[in-house]
Amino acid sequence: MAITAFDFEKPIIELENQLLEREKQEPRDEEAIRALREELERKQREIFENLTPWQRVLLARHMDRPHSMDFVQGLMTDFVEVHGDRGFADDKAVVTGFARFRGERLCVICQQKGRDTKENLMRNWGMMHPEGYRKAMRVMRLADKFGMPIVVFIDTPGAFPGIGAEERGQAEAIARNIRDMFTLQVPIVCIVIGEGASGGALGVGVGDRILMLENSWYCVISPEGCAAILWKDRGMAERAAEQLKLTAKDLIALEVVDEIIPEPLGGAHRDPQTTFKNVGVALAKNLEMLQALPVNELLEQRYLKFRAMGKFVELQQDEATSSQSE
Amino acid sequence: MAWFKKEKYTTLKPPVMKDRIPEGLWTKCENCFNLVLTKDFEENLKVCKKCNHHHRLTARERIAMLADEGTFQEMFSNVQPTDPLGFVDSKPYSERLKAAQKASGHDEAVVVGKAEIDGIPVGLGVMVFEFVGGSMGSVVGERITRLIEYCTEYSLPLVIVSASGGARMQEGILSLMQMAKTSGALSRLAEKKVPFISVLTNPTTAGVMASYASLGDVIIAEPDALIGFAGPRVIQQTINQILPKGFQKSEFVLEHGFLDKVVHRKDLKKTIALFLHYFTGQKPRSWSDEEVTEASENRVSA
Repeated sequence: MAITAFDFEKPIIELENQLLEREKQEPRDEEAIRALREELERKQREIFENLTPWQRVLLARHMDRPHSMDFVQGLMTDFVEVHGDRGFADDKAVVTGFARFRGERLCVICQQKGRDTKENLMRNWGMMHPEGYRKAMRVMRLADKFGMPIVVFIDTPGAFPGIGAEERGQAEAIARNIRDMFTLQVPIVCIVIGEGASGGALGVGVGDRILMLENSWYCVISPEGCAAILWKDRGMAERAAEQLKLTAKDLIALEVVDEIIPEPLGGAHRDPQTTFKNVGVALAKNLEMLQALPVNELLEQRYLKFRAMGKFVELQQDEATSSQSE
Repeated sequence: MAWFKKEKYTTLKPPVMKDRIPEGLWTKCENCFNLVLTKDFEENLKVCKKCNHHHRLTARERIAMLADEGTFQEMFSNVQPTDPLGFVDSKPYSERLKAAQKASGHDEAVVVGKAEIDGIPVGLGVMVFEFVGGSMGSVVGERITRLIEYCTEYSLPLVIVSASGGARMQEGILSLMQMAKTSGALSRLAEKKVPFISVLTNPTTAGVMASYASLGDVIIAEPDALIGFAGPRVIQQTINQILPKGFQKSEFVLEHGFLDKVVHRKDLKKTIALFLHYFTGQKPRSWSDEEVTEASENRVSA
């Protein structure tokens, strides 16, 4: 199989190759094959249960990793795409539309990366422009109007930093989306499936439930961006990835993410079907839970969810005044 | 090779003036390098008389300039920073915080409270750029959110003066989520029809610009302030082109429709008061009866 492997996967690839050789050998040595299989699985577990944050970042960017539209195709039926922000253009870095999931109507918002250079040029590597955020909001408002839950697949290296993006108000587009997603009167489930970089992700990321695939990341800045600013060296990205606490497990601990969706051994790209199945199970469960809530409670819980985020110390008022006068 | 080539002109060092001038009497403009008497400079609200460059104000100076004398009461200062990630770059974040507190004379990157602007009561937030680049971490997000919620509860108009490089990296995802927290609170303020005036000063970018700073009912900026989402260096590196002159400056942002007004610092307070009047119906204290009559006469004659 032509799968790109990372350095840390080398022992696995070696074992896989040995196994292939063995299986071809005549007569087949079933005993040895079984032993190799066990060894392979043991090795895979050992490596994948101890991935470093940086290794997960690499996996999240793996070129064969399923992208947003793969999930729509793998999980849903009757997808119909709608285009354009009705103001400027149709941003192809985000695919928006409606689909049926287990027979129910849904609105889907997909931050979409490409598979090859040609497609990536069209999709702008999954980096949205202001018109993309405005398109997403337009379609989410349709969902609000016609009573469809919204599912957002998050996978972006960031909102696009360019001249046109600034001229057309990238900051305003993101800010407005963030604010207005609090007012949409339908359930919103956000699933980080690959990269969740900064405001580019949050601009479509205000949801009632935030789920993350096991090997995805979500952070205020990319490890490279952070390394360039704090260490003045993009090569320190691995170190930055450790410091930033950006893995799914970290985000559960920081009380930002609700649930981790497990990936098959070796990462989502090794077995997309199992990945789709796992996401489908999590999505169905969360949608059902949210749809049982009355609208006012849904909105109140969404507000309180984000209201509670952040870590600080709260001094007694008199302590504060004394520390101020110091 | 080129032995006949003209030699470079000798550069003479300018005489060192510093020795002859008493410390602090003169201030040099950051932009045009002209010397101005410090007293005049301060009186002109730290705006250069020659080139109109608006120098940065500290949060205290900003509050003194906007709030009526003696009306500012700080709130929520009991919300204090911590180091949630145990973040270490060249030094631990906890030490960075202490150093920033010492250097800036502020405990965090925003000061919030109640004040009166020309007699009109408001909730006022002022960001402290000197504190880790005015970056927004959990404390900035929490103080701003509490201020917004206070304004929502008491129908108090909100004024926030921003100066920030964006979200604070050292608090990771928690900093990002402050954008959601503050914006969510603003959606409730808007629902209650309480006005929010966002004032942008140099610089206001990234996470702060992509949340509350962009969500004012009106957005006012000081001249020549850097305003945008991505920093100019990042954009330049991404697209590999020279950026146009004046790119991401207040006047550019106004031209593209994302600001209501660019206002000279000396007019800032009265401009805010005027908007507060239009949005709340309350009259600024400084409007004498005469002025009002005059204005209405003007209207009749026009």
